[in-house]
Parts: sequence; structure tokens; C-alpha cells
Amino acid sequence: MATVEARAIDVVYEGVDRPVRALEACSLTVADGEPVAIIGPSGCGKSTLLLAMAGLVSPTGGEALIAGEAVRGPRLRTALILQDFGLLPWKTVFHNAALGLEVRGVSLPQRTERVEAALTRVGLADFRDAYPGELSGGMRQRLALARALALDADLLLMDEPLSALDALTREDLQGLLLDIWRQRQHTAVLVTHSIEEAVFLGRRVVVLSPRPGRVAAIVDNPEMGAEGYRSTPAFYERCNELRGLLAAEGAFDQDPHVGGESS
Amino acid sequence: MRRFLGYIGAVLALLAGWWLLAVAVGSPALPGPAPAISDFVRLWWSDLFPQLLHSAWRVVASMTMGALLGAPIGLLIGRSPRLDSVAAPMVFLTYPIPKIVFLPVLLVLLGIGNAPKIALITLIVFFQILVTARDAARGIPAASLLSVRSLGATRTQVFRHVVFPAALPDIFTALRISTGTAIAVLFFSESVAGTSGLGYYILDAWGRIAYSQMFAGIIAMALLGVVLYEILEMAEARVCRWTRVGR
Repeated sequence: MATVEARAIDVVYEGVDRPVRALEACSLTVADGEPVAIIGPSGCGKSTLLLAMAGLVSPTGGEALIAGEAVRGPRLRTALILQDFGLLPWKTVFHNAALGLEVRGVSLPQRTERVEAALTRVGLADFRDAYPGELSGGMRQRLALARALALDADLLLMDEPLSALDALTREDLQGLLLDIWRQRQHTAVLVTHSIEEAVFLGRRVVVLSPRPGRVAAIVDNPEMGAEGYRSTPAFYERCNELRGLLAAEGAFDQDPHVGGESS
Repeated sequence: MRRFLGYIGAVLALLAGWWLLAVAVGSPALPGPAPAISDFVRLWWSDLFPQLLHSAWRVVASMTMGALLGAPIGLLIGRSPRLDSVAAPMVFLTYPIPKIVFLPVLLVLLGIGNAPKIALITLIVFFQILVTARDAARGIPAASLLSVRSLGATRTQVFRHVVFPAALPDIFTALRISTGTAIAVLFFSESVAGTSGLGYYILDAWGRIAYSQMFAGIIAMALLGVVLYEILEMAEARVCRWTRVGR
């Protein structure tokens, strides 16, 4: 049971010359097995919220709970997937995928079995001895996903996992993420910049306000995961609804060069 | 193979340059390649090889110790702001001091055998590796660390899986660069004190006005440097394989 609860989380960190309020009284509940997408203007603290859930950022106020327990540090069955994939260039595909298990002291035979299953699932079984430097962007992202699968994570935290990919690869991997979620029914929190991605992969879409981030709106998206949803009128309507909400939060009228994403 | 041919070409070019220079200078102090190489071959087993072993042992031992001490300490300092605030000023104050000036002190304290030479080279290599390792550890991308920490890695595991391998190519580069310094210091310390090693041999031949023998010693010393450099290059290619893929 991996419910996620953010209870009035405040995060203030030291900026270059003054403290930066990244999140203010940010509250959000994600049910067990629910895929939620978080979207918001650049620099609204989306990543910070995710890192607080991952136990890598300590809130200055409020707390994050997973499965009813306060998050004090990295949790065993939480997997974090970052925008730049978080792969280690000096480890082969196999060892990158096995890293989580190795760090957690899983025995080698068990590691091998689980990693090979995960690599097969994401279509990288033939590349187990390659280095990340030899893989394409899409394959690297698959590898990051395999690492999470090998961990048998019940909570997947994803920070713009596909934003570095080209449009075609991106759609391909969105499909893979959806397949894997349908199969495993894990809890998922996806931070994204893309409205279409949020509607495709989030049963609920959470809109954050500009910094300091608070939950501005939550859009229910019950059709998510339905066959061919991407090409239905309902999908476009949902996207337009979100676009309107984001416009109201000022997501489209800021200079992109001022105050970049705080990831 | 291509590398081997490259070496042959370079050696031929160097010999040609040497010969031209020797002809132009026309002094007995700069013999041509022919007498030097003939002495090199004649004296290899009797004189040069034993001296080369002395020198090789000194330089390999001290580079190993310098790296084994400098790399871990440098990585630790680089990853710990608290440690760095104490250690960095010390390093910056002592790094620019030419360590070679301590040779007389070391000679008094440690005698004229292997110990002062090894100590001096170790000290020099130690600082070069320390500074490089510190900078490499500081430059590790936050994302690499974050992803491993999110898996619940302990501090030791972060070092093993991220900090150490990330800094390894830089450490190897520093080691390769320091072979040049190490051999220069070796020559100096062997020529100043003691009766063994290629440095001593070269200075001794000079004193006996046996210039072609002196150049045979110089060739042996160059050989030592080339072999060390190549060994490090091969070790790096093996240990840091990921740096050679995908390009």
C-alpha cells in the first residue's frame, strides 16, 4: 500500500542572496495504485515536491507520508527517475539496472534474475554489457525505467523523465510507461512540462501555482488509460481545460530566461 | 600495431634530429646517435639494466604510494565542505612550494639510500594527485549523486559507485602527467646522492668524460619514462573502458 500524502509542505532553501520559498503549504494525497501527474509553470517547485516525497529534500514545515509513515530518507520501494536518467556512465547497462538492488544488499543470483527480467521488459536484454554512452536517449530512459522495475518499486516518482527525448521516442515511452502501469498498478507521481503527457499518464492532474508552489487545481481524468484515449475528443478537451488553468496561473506569460526550473 | 608504427616513426625522426644537431654542434659532449646506441647495446646487461631496475623501483614505489595516499584524501576533501574548509588552505599554501628543496633535509634524516628519493617523489606525486582528485570530486554532477542517494546508498556506497569511478579518469591523467615530474626528480635526487640508479650513472659517465655512455644512460632513462607512461595508458584503457565507447 503506497499511498502518498503531502501535508502542508513548506520548503525554503538558501538561494544565492536570499532564501527561496519553493513550496508553501502544499498538500496533496495520492491513493494506492493511482497515477498522478503534476504540472505547473516553470520554477513552481514541482521537482522540490517530488524530491520531498523521495526523502531527498527535508521540508522546512509540514511532512510527507508514504504508506502512512513519515518520510525521513530514501524509502526501500520508492524509485526515482530523473530527467537526465540518473545513469552512471561507468557502469554497464546490467550494473546500472542492478544498482538499486546492489545498494540494498540483494544477493547476486537474485539480482541477476530480477535485472534480466526488467531489461527484457523494457527491451534492453541484448544490451546488457553496453555502456550508457553507447545508447540512444530513448534507450537510456528505458534503462532508468528498468532500474525502477528491478527494485519492484510500488511507488514511481518521475521528474520530467521524458523531456530530453524527441517527440517520437517520447510518445513511444509514454506508451511503455502506461503499459507498465496497467500491468503493475503501482502508485505513480509524474512531474511534467507537457500537458498532453499529463493527460495521457495521470488519472488526476495536479496544477501547481507559481513559486511558492501550492496546489492550484486538480483535474479528474477518469478516461486515462483507456484504449486509444490520445485520439479522442475528450482527450483534447481535457488538454484545453488544463491549458486554461495553466494560463490562469501565469504559465505562459513569463520570460523563460528568468527564474528557471529549480530541479 | 598502428601505435607501434607511430613509435617507430617518432624514434626515427628523433634520431635524425639528434644526428643533425650533433653534426651541427660538432662537440664531443654531443655525440651522434651511433656511438650512443652502440654503447647502449654493449652496456645494457652489465651496467644499464641493473641501474634501470634501481631507478624503476624507486619511481614505481613512490608513484604508487603518492597515488594511494593522494587519491582517497583528495576525494574525501573534495566531497566534504567541512574538511575542505580546513584542508584546502593548507593544500594551497603548500602545493606551490617546490618540494625538491626538501631533498637536503630528507638526505640528512633518511640517509642516502632509497628512502629519501622515494619520500621526495612520493611527496610530489601525492600533491599532484591530491589536487586533481579534490577538483574531480567537487565537479561530480549533482544528478549522479542524487540518483544513487535516492536508492538509499550510504556514504560509503556513494563513494564506491559514484565518486571514485567518476574521478578515476582524472586521476589517471594526473598520474600520467606526473611520470614526467617523477622521473625528473628521480634524476636529480640520484645524481645528488647515492651510487645507484640511472641518474647516478649519467652523472658518473659525465664525470669520466664518457659522453657516449652518458647518452646511453639518457636513452635508458627515456625508455623508463615511455614504459611507465604506456603502462598507465594501458591500465586506464582497461579500468576506464566507458570513456572510450560511443565516440
